[in-house]
Amino acid sequence: MGGPEVERLIGLLAKLPGLGPRSARRAALRLLQHPEARMLPLAAALAEAARAVRPCGHCGNLDSRDPCSICADGQRDRSVVCVVEGVGDLWALERAHVHRGLYHVLGGTLSALAGTRPEDLNLAPLLARVGAGGVAEVILALGATVDGATTAHWLTERIKPFGVVVSRVAQGMPIGGALDVLDDGTLAAALRARRPF
Amino acid sequence: MRAGVALVRLTLTGFRNYAALTWRPEGRVAVFYGPNGSGKTNLLEAVSLLVPGRGLRGARLADLARRGGSGWAVAGRLSTPQGDVDIGTGTPPEGPADRRVFRLDGAAPRSQAEIAGRVSAVWLTPQMDRLFQEGAAGRRRFLDRLVYALEPGHARAVAAHDTAMAQRNRLLAEGGADAAWLAGLEDAMARHAVAATAARAALVQRLNAAPQEAAAGTFPAARLSLCCPIAARLAGEPALAVEDWLRAALAAGRAADARAGSAALGAHRADMGLADAASGLAAALASTGQQKALLIGVVLGHAALLAEARGFAPLLLLDEPAVHLDPDRRRALFDALRALPAQVLLTGTDRETFLPLRGMAEALRTGGDALARDPEFPPAPG
Repeated sequence: MGGPEVERLIGLLAKLPGLGPRSARRAALRLLQHPEARMLPLAAALAEAARAVRPCGHCGNLDSRDPCSICADGQRDRSVVCVVEGVGDLWALERAHVHRGLYHVLGGTLSALAGTRPEDLNLAPLLARVGAGGVAEVILALGATVDGATTAHWLTERIKPFGVVVSRVAQGMPIGGALDVLDDGTLAAALRARRPF
Repeated sequence: MRAGVALVRLTLTGFRNYAALTWRPEGRVAVFYGPNGSGKTNLLEAVSLLVPGRGLRGARLADLARRGGSGWAVAGRLSTPQGDVDIGTGTPPEGPADRRVFRLDGAAPRSQAEIAGRVSAVWLTPQMDRLFQEGAAGRRRFLDRLVYALEPGHARAVAAHDTAMAQRNRLLAEGGADAAWLAGLEDAMARHAVAATAARAALVQRLNAAPQEAAAGTFPAARLSLCCPIAARLAGEPALAVEDWLRAALAAGRAADARAGSAALGAHRADMGLADAASGLAAALASTGQQKALLIGVVLGHAALLAEARGFAPLLLLDEPAVHLDPDRRRALFDALRALPAQVLLTGTDRETFLPLRGMAEALRTGGDALARDPEFPPAPG
């Protein structure tokens, strides 16, 4: 069907997150039907991004500049650093416009079963930044999974000696959510994290 | 008691011995009878897979497909107090065969707990006849399934505890692990072990406090106990204090746990005890028939408790329940089923055993990959 070039294209597209074999075929077909309008600009954008985008040496964000545009932004509150697992989490927080401080991308969470060890995480730049002074609070915005919670616990032990406040994002009621559809664990977390009105 | 969850339609595709089967239950109680290997238990297993978990056989996914086939699907429409719900499970349309997906009203559920919140099922299988001859793991699984039905979040606490424990075991086995990393895993183990133990203890207490005789008719009432040092501490101390104790005990036990290859403390060390409430006879010392009667007593008491607590009774799947029971106990079992608000599916090899259920249950003969209605068991209103 279409020769080895088409099969290779479909195979590569199918490896992308969110695309299965069927959606990869659809995407490949749309590209092949419009080579000038869609395929070549996409190929050029891919090549350009692969050449220019690198992890930021300070925070681990992906950007064509180093330090990245967030680390270089003089309007940011440099006393608060939000630690996230991946760049996708950083993007999510940026989309929400809720954090005006800096970020730090760990690049994973500790997992003995997956073979992710402390030395595999992007930790040294964070400790250097906290050690240099000027950071008052580190917010741990890691997933509410066993690995996320374990990594948060481990990070707290590493950061606390520097005398900065270490906080964690809250768990509980989603905005617009009804109480009776929440699972028991989330309900318990919401009650534990209640705040005075 | 409130109305239960009831299966309205069951559709099997490429599942075990069934190429394609649609069954619409016509009453609250259904009996499947037929010779060994005719597919009775497969039907109960299919229904058990409509709730999260590995089903009543705990089978590997690869074993669920019909011989020669690769994919399988089980779909059920259930009436619940919140309205009808469609639940489907099986291999994804584009494979692979070792993956299983769920559908809730035609869409992918956000989590399996969403399904567990809508329906629940409890079962009794012939393998449980050996529950008191074998290790604690089987008894713990039996107890946990009762807890899941009441508190769907319990599954997550147990799974999170076991994940943290597996990671800790790995780190201890490798040696030289980062102490803060181990402490993080022990913190997760402590929090989830205490949550899981509290849920188990609460269920045991509620089952023992419930008037089981009323729910189970003349069937013997059972008394449960939870044997676990965490539960013993929880009985006299606040949960947070027990978490602190467990964290400290795990940290102190690292060297011993590394030598043993497993944690000496945790939610995985709990055991369930069972005794006849009237005589005090422990199940481990009782005859096979008495043990079976006690387990049935627990399942019936649990169904009644669930009906009160959550507003709906679970589906009861009783595989060969009459085996090992004397005539008096069989009669008591059937009387109890009459009184329960739950939908019950039973199996047996011998049609005669179920004749006392005529007028209350429909009966279907299994064989090949089809079901044949028994005209002598006219359907009763649900």
